[in-house]
Amino acid sequence: MAFTQENREKALAIVEKYPYTKSAILPLAHLAQDQDGYLSEDAMREIAEIVQVSPAEVQGTCSFYTMFKRKPVGKLLVSVCTNVTCLVLGGPEIHETLSNKYALDEDVTIEEVECLAKCDGAPCFQVNYEFIEKVSPQDAIDVVEEYKSGERVARTVSGTLTDSSLIEGPTLQKGQKGGE
Amino acid sequence: MAVSETRIITRRMNESDDNHNIDTYISLGGYEVAKRALRMNPDDIVESVKTSGLRGRGGGGFPTGMKWSFLPPDLFPRYLVINADEGEPSTFKDHMLIVRDPHQLIEGIICSAYAIKSNKAFIYLRGELALAYDRLSTALEQAKQKGFVGNDIDGSGFDLDIVIHRGAGAYICGEETALIESLEGERGMPRLRPPFPAIAGLYAKPTVVNNVETISTVPHIIDMGGDKYAELGVNKSTGTRIFSVSGHVNKPGNYEVELGITFRQLINDLAGGIRNNGKVKFFIPGGGSSQWLTGSDEHLDCPLDMDEVGTRFGVMLGSGAVMVYDQSTDPILVAWRLAKFYAHESCGKCTPCREGTGWLEKVLYRMSHGQGREIDLDMLLDVGDNISPGLNAPFSQTTICPLGPSSVSCVVSLNKFFRDEVLRRCKSSQSEAEMTGNNEEVNV
Repeated sequence: MAFTQENREKALAIVEKYPYTKSAILPLAHLAQDQDGYLSEDAMREIAEIVQVSPAEVQGTCSFYTMFKRKPVGKLLVSVCTNVTCLVLGGPEIHETLSNKYALDEDVTIEEVECLAKCDGAPCFQVNYEFIEKVSPQDAIDVVEEYKSGERVARTVSGTLTDSSLIEGPTLQKGQKGGE
Repeated sequence: MAVSETRIITRRMNESDDNHNIDTYISLGGYEVAKRALRMNPDDIVESVKTSGLRGRGGGGFPTGMKWSFLPPDLFPRYLVINADEGEPSTFKDHMLIVRDPHQLIEGIICSAYAIKSNKAFIYLRGELALAYDRLSTALEQAKQKGFVGNDIDGSGFDLDIVIHRGAGAYICGEETALIESLEGERGMPRLRPPFPAIAGLYAKPTVVNNVETISTVPHIIDMGGDKYAELGVNKSTGTRIFSVSGHVNKPGNYEVELGITFRQLINDLAGGIRNNGKVKFFIPGGGSSQWLTGSDEHLDCPLDMDEVGTRFGVMLGSGAVMVYDQSTDPILVAWRLAKFYAHESCGKCTPCREGTGWLEKVLYRMSHGQGREIDLDMLLDVGDNISPGLNAPFSQTTICPLGPSSVSCVVSLNKFFRDEVLRRCKSSQSEAEMTGNNEEVNV
């Protein structure tokens, strides 16, 4: 879909921040994904028009990055880390449990990702880029259910805040001090 | 005697949980150094950073002051780029620094940009770190409102604009030239050097790329004085560093320590030792790209010295991630997962890495899942030799960037420390397959 009027203005403001317009491709793709839930071909064409390159160049750039989903995904994007620290502390079990549980659920997309830079909270995963740490597979299901029911407020599938109270980041604070 | 932390860049976050709000930060003495720095001669700041012996905290360990002095003296504009694309397996220090003390980074940028006479700075932040993005954006807005970022900062005549740029999920963008490509709106593929970024980097202009921890340290160096900072640490590894300890330890977390303590002190005294009173089987001392060390006394008593670990054991302190594994861990499985990581994250530009990482991953998969063959380990070493000829440390490479050679570290370590165990397991799985007649090609 094309940008809404409001987002188009945001997009033009983003382009202004860079000395060369092409640099704005990544932020604009995030913006488009915030709006549509994925990065559509129409959006890539409009980004191309805004930054004055060919649509092929925009697609060329965007297809390199795993965070840009060029096909629709569920409202909740659950990214489970299975890299080396989570590997030995239960990450793969969480991934398997969630994958089985939500295999047929269109609202939830489960993906396996690389290290999320939160290994003191291993095993960890993200729901729309919000961190959930030190969980068992059953806890993980509970958390996803809380997001589904609206008990927890989710970010967009590109990780943009929808509720400013989340900035205090209760889940991230826990146990993060290190070396008390 | 048990060691304790030496808090310099983690001091404020220890005193308050609310550092991301500018008022708290200022009440703890924040932005005072920036004000002072803007009254100094920029070259004196560069000199001070050189004297301090500060070395890059992102992995390379290159002296920061020297990096700054490579900028051609009369070419403008020039850019300062902050590498916040923290993606090295099991490294989580920059993430913490941004979430818990974003203003410290901004103050560091003000001091550093002023020192290198740059009026525009970019922070390339890893896309997945959504909360860090929110905190940093808010902090930047607050700093702009208070006049610490913008035109004529604090009446000094110095202008600075900072742009936060979110990445989108590519480990390779942590490599400085790939990061620059990505910032220009391209696929994140490394560039051949020369020209080095200091001569022709972002938009073909002189560019300095520094890690978050490095830049966060700069205000403290200006505050203490370079010579005072250089008194901390050991040999050419001066000052303090944050080590991210994770894995089978009782208290995983970030620990800021003076360089020179031993791995044993870091693991036992600070990270609380191994869970269930276990023993270290092996540990990875510098992020996934480093070779491994084992639980032997010789390895555990090695000091955290960026040069000594390399000359003695061929490992590196890299990004400061220390992954610790107890006796229950299967080293082949860990090696496979690391190889899978590199295969996934290889950008595909250089053939040895693009093809080699894929083969390492496939063969390690069958070895770790009970379908290995006796020749496998030697075959992996052969594949590795094509990516990093000689398999030495520091590594040689047939690729543009160090990602390829990094993927070989796990194989070299398997061979060095666990060759008998690997061969025994591969032999038994091979003979089992032959007995059951199930010895066809393994499809992975």
